[in-house]
Amino acid sequence: MSLKEKAYLPAILGGMKITLKHFFKKPVTIAYPEKKREFSPVYRGQHVLKRDDQGRERCTACGLCAVACPAEAITMIAAERKRGEENLYREEKYAEKYEINMLRCIFCGLCEDACPKEAIFLTDRIVMPEPKRNNFVYGKDLLVETLENRIDVSQRQIKSYTVEK
Amino acid sequence: MWFTVSLVVILFIICLGGAAYETWMERKVAALMQDRFGPSRAGKFGLLQPLCDGGKLFFKEDFVPRNAEKWLFIISPGILMLIALSTGAVIPWGKSLFIAGVSYPVQVASIDVGVLYIMGIVSIGVYGIMLGGWSSNNKYSLLGAIRASSQMISYELAMGLSLLSIIMMSGTLDLRVMVEEQATNLYGISFLNGMAWNVFYQPLAFILFVTCSFAELNRAPFDLAECESELVGGYHTEYSSMKFGTFLFAEYINMFINSALISTLFFGGYSFPYMNKLVENGLGENWIGIISILAFLLKIVFCVFCFMWVRWTLPRFRYDQLMRLGWRIMIPLAILNLLITATVVVFT
Repeated sequence: MSLKEKAYLPAILGGMKITLKHFFKKPVTIAYPEKKREFSPVYRGQHVLKRDDQGRERCTACGLCAVACPAEAITMIAAERKRGEENLYREEKYAEKYEINMLRCIFCGLCEDACPKEAIFLTDRIVMPEPKRNNFVYGKDLLVETLENRIDVSQRQIKSYTVEK
Repeated sequence: MWFTVSLVVILFIICLGGAAYETWMERKVAALMQDRFGPSRAGKFGLLQPLCDGGKLFFKEDFVPRNAEKWLFIISPGILMLIALSTGAVIPWGKSLFIAGVSYPVQVASIDVGVLYIMGIVSIGVYGIMLGGWSSNNKYSLLGAIRASSQMISYELAMGLSLLSIIMMSGTLDLRVMVEEQATNLYGISFLNGMAWNVFYQPLAFILFVTCSFAELNRAPFDLAECESELVGGYHTEYSSMKFGTFLFAEYINMFINSALISTLFFGGYSFPYMNKLVENGLGENWIGIISILAFLLKIVFCVFCFMWVRWTLPRFRYDQLMRLGWRIMIPLAILNLLITATVVVFT
């Protein structure tokens, strides 16, 4: 070691200069409840089961999403559409029960890719924390979008569309 | 008499409040240096954070180990606290205040041996740590206490030696006289009035003294008194609740007092540039007194900031490195400085 290195002080002062520089930098912290981090457009959050433009459920319970799911998080029971229910379901078969276990789901987006009816999408919504594990099995009540409150997945639709091309 | 008593009370409040807000400042400084915000929830800028921390500490479970030496275990944080607080008595906190026809120097006890008193009191601080570690009846605490006290004792030597050169130069042990001496012209240049600070005359002593202060205060990079990886915690491993808080608090008061001491010895204490010129021009005594107190507090805050600044810059030393630095580098350097100063003092 040279004398300069042995004296420690120049190195210490150099370090102090660096920390002082950071003292005047803007903090990178995001103060969470007041400010929220912007998600990237391809963020994969909680799923949604889309309705079509007439408000009918698009899902036909074909089961391709459940097959594609590597975590086996999706289960469903299919049922047949009865007369008078044409305004609810788009085709003769629909999912009577559709469940995603959010604890198993790895948000890979393969269900979205597998769906031939463009019924399931991943959105920018966050899966909320729960104290009980059972509450994480999301049924149709949480997954199907309501008519008054449609969920925007246009960003993801564009992406899957261009990929298909 | 009443002035001294009220000064003691005010000092007590300032030391406690200062220590409380030092914890806030420490967190804020650390955060800003690491590009974070730091406390920001409790009150504006997190200013109520020390109160929350204190309240939390009071309501935590107060635990005394079964085989501990109970009374020593309970009083040792108190010893540390007492010593930390009593050092402030001899420090001149301001020039003087003119109240009801009498001029009072802003100092609790103006004694001739101020520096000696401080060095003596500070060395008792080792007892608080040693007894705290020993009475816990925990071998890790004991090891931590031994480490801390041997560190403190080693660095006290270099600290005293580096102080000696200052004492030699000023020829007094009275802190107030030292401050007044520093309020003259630097190198005899009248432009630099009130700047004859010892830091310019004794830079080596300053560096040695500050380094020893870090070690005495058990602060990073010399915070070997606590060490999670080897000692579970340190001398305070078995302490909980406010007893632990008192240890921490005493450390912060010590830092405050030590900053005051560094300002007094090396940065002209309560004096500020052009103070004597203002006195000659006939500015009121009270005005001078108040400005001097504020100037002193400003210097203390700056010193405290430097303590934190170093803490968040440097990593912790290894124990053998610490001891080598103390015994084989600092003490010889201090003696060398002493010799040079003695030569200069004798031949000029």
